[in-house]
Amino acid sequence: MSELFGIPLPALLGQLLLGLVNGSFYAMLSLGLAVIFGMLNIINFAHGALYMMGAFLAWMGMEYLGLSYWAMLVLAPLVVGVLGILIERLLLQWLYKLDHIYGLLLTFGITLVIEGVFRSFYGVSGQPYSVPEQLMGATNLGFMILPNYRAWVVVASLVVCFAVWALIEKTSLGAKLRAGTENPKLVQAFGINVPRMVTLTYAGGVALAAFAGVLAAPILQVSALMGSNLIIVVFAVVVIGGMGSILGSILTGLGLGLIEGLTKVFYPEASNTVVFVVMALVLLLRPAGLFGKEK
Amino acid sequence: MSTQKSKNPLSGYLLLFAGIALLPVLGAYPIFVMKVLCYALFACAFNLLIGFTGLLSFGHAAFLGTAGYAAGHALKVWGLPPLAGLGFGALCAAAMGGLFGLLAIKRSGIYFSMITLALAQMLYFFFLQASFTGGEDGLQSVPRGAILGLDLAQDLNLYYVVVAVFIAAFWLIYRTVHSPFGQVLTSIRENEARAISLGYDVDRFKLLAFVLSAGLAGLAGATKTLVLGFATLTDALWTTSGLVILMTLVGGMGTLVGPMVGALVIIALENKIGDFGQAIANLTGIAWFNSLGESVSLVTGLIFIVCVLAFRRGIVGEALALYDRFAIKRS
Repeated sequence: MSELFGIPLPALLGQLLLGLVNGSFYAMLSLGLAVIFGMLNIINFAHGALYMMGAFLAWMGMEYLGLSYWAMLVLAPLVVGVLGILIERLLLQWLYKLDHIYGLLLTFGITLVIEGVFRSFYGVSGQPYSVPEQLMGATNLGFMILPNYRAWVVVASLVVCFAVWALIEKTSLGAKLRAGTENPKLVQAFGINVPRMVTLTYAGGVALAAFAGVLAAPILQVSALMGSNLIIVVFAVVVIGGMGSILGSILTGLGLGLIEGLTKVFYPEASNTVVFVVMALVLLLRPAGLFGKEK
Repeated sequence: MSTQKSKNPLSGYLLLFAGIALLPVLGAYPIFVMKVLCYALFACAFNLLIGFTGLLSFGHAAFLGTAGYAAGHALKVWGLPPLAGLGFGALCAAAMGGLFGLLAIKRSGIYFSMITLALAQMLYFFFLQASFTGGEDGLQSVPRGAILGLDLAQDLNLYYVVVAVFIAAFWLIYRTVHSPFGQVLTSIRENEARAISLGYDVDRFKLLAFVLSAGLAGLAGATKTLVLGFATLTDALWTTSGLVILMTLVGGMGTLVGPMVGALVIIALENKIGDFGQAIANLTGIAWFNSLGESVSLVTGLIFIVCVLAFRRGIVGEALALYDRFAIKRS
């Protein structure tokens, strides 16, 4: 069997793999958004910019300091996480009592600033970032050629996503987090430092975005604009999945990546818009999203 | 959110519009003022939703872009007269608004914003690929035509047409806000649950407001195409949606004049930021400031942050609050 629906099988599988790679980025970003929204009640528009920053830090670490990909995979999320702590303490914490809208607007402003800074120093053209040596080349699976790096991206992001899911759903720290989301005052009365938990949640969420950025750096061109189009797709993912469940955002992200990959094979013109078409359909049938709870 | 109760606002508006009409005589560059008026109308239309209905649309650039392309196509390819072209553009945008609205008002709050944003992005990709938009190059050399034998190729003639369009649209917004319909919209903004319990079909009111706002935003986009002679993808890009939010925020949400002030401030800033950066560079000797003109988004982003944190009522909103404080002290 070398053809399926008139498409050569390797091409089909190749696009599906590409879709899965994109899907794992969507999953990691929408997961971070969901966790931040759950704890802070803020839609973090800056998520895309911080993802871009993760990729850029990886490039800068290699270019200026000669650090390896593996070092940056740890360092970049840490740096962005610290930046996240600053953002939360200096800016976001003043908005919790206000309408959600202001959180969206403030983080939109942060996005403009971060993108503006990178654009004024590096322009909009992409910076090349090569695949780390250990993951170069590809494995022949018989029915398709699997580039090692892409396989690594999918595996790494799946592991991280499910680790976050397990942390939140299965550990006592996660239980406190979820309780803090439901009733912060009560949880505080039990002696748990809720404001610090909120800060760390934000830092963790944006570190996840930066981690996705480092993973993306060798696949996509590292550029100041790489986050801005992605974040809107991720918003669509969030609307489709519904913000209610952690697992929902992971599964929806992966699923939409696959749908996008399939569209690229059968009707390439629509590949940019298919996620939004799915969003429109889901909204018509289930306004609360696939995994969301009806209010 | 807002307190707008001056004794006799109409005379104030008359004075304002007379001033705008006189600007070219006083030496202002007509094209610049027309551009500001187009964005001011755009922001006023947007404010009808956020300021008076409490809906944050993050996709309003879609309507500006739709009408820009529709009007451009009608004027250039079909050879429609200017006013018919503007009307066609506004109608297309209103229809698009109906479509967006039907999908978006199913969810409220932050979801509403994200859905409008995503739908607008979908439309952006459509414009990027469709043949009639000219793709990356945009729709070029749209003719201005003539009204009643008045040649609009002359900037001053066009100027008074644009001012007339603006005043008509502003009057429509004023009437809407001060009508029973507008009162229902305000009640939805203040307390949606109560509006429902009073028996209002809230979703229908929201949809009507959305369509009206989209149509007026479209009128702004169509007028902009007529003034500048081209329509580009940037008009439909999500950054333009962000820009109109910023204009409204800086000027003052929920005030009628605020969005106009905000549009003036932001457009002037965009045009002058390069000069400003050069001045700072000369003063401080830091060469980086010379490139400030290329990173407008850095400055607009900072303004955004400052406005949200410290300045939520905007210029006009703060001025009105100050005026009220004085009025209370004196009485």
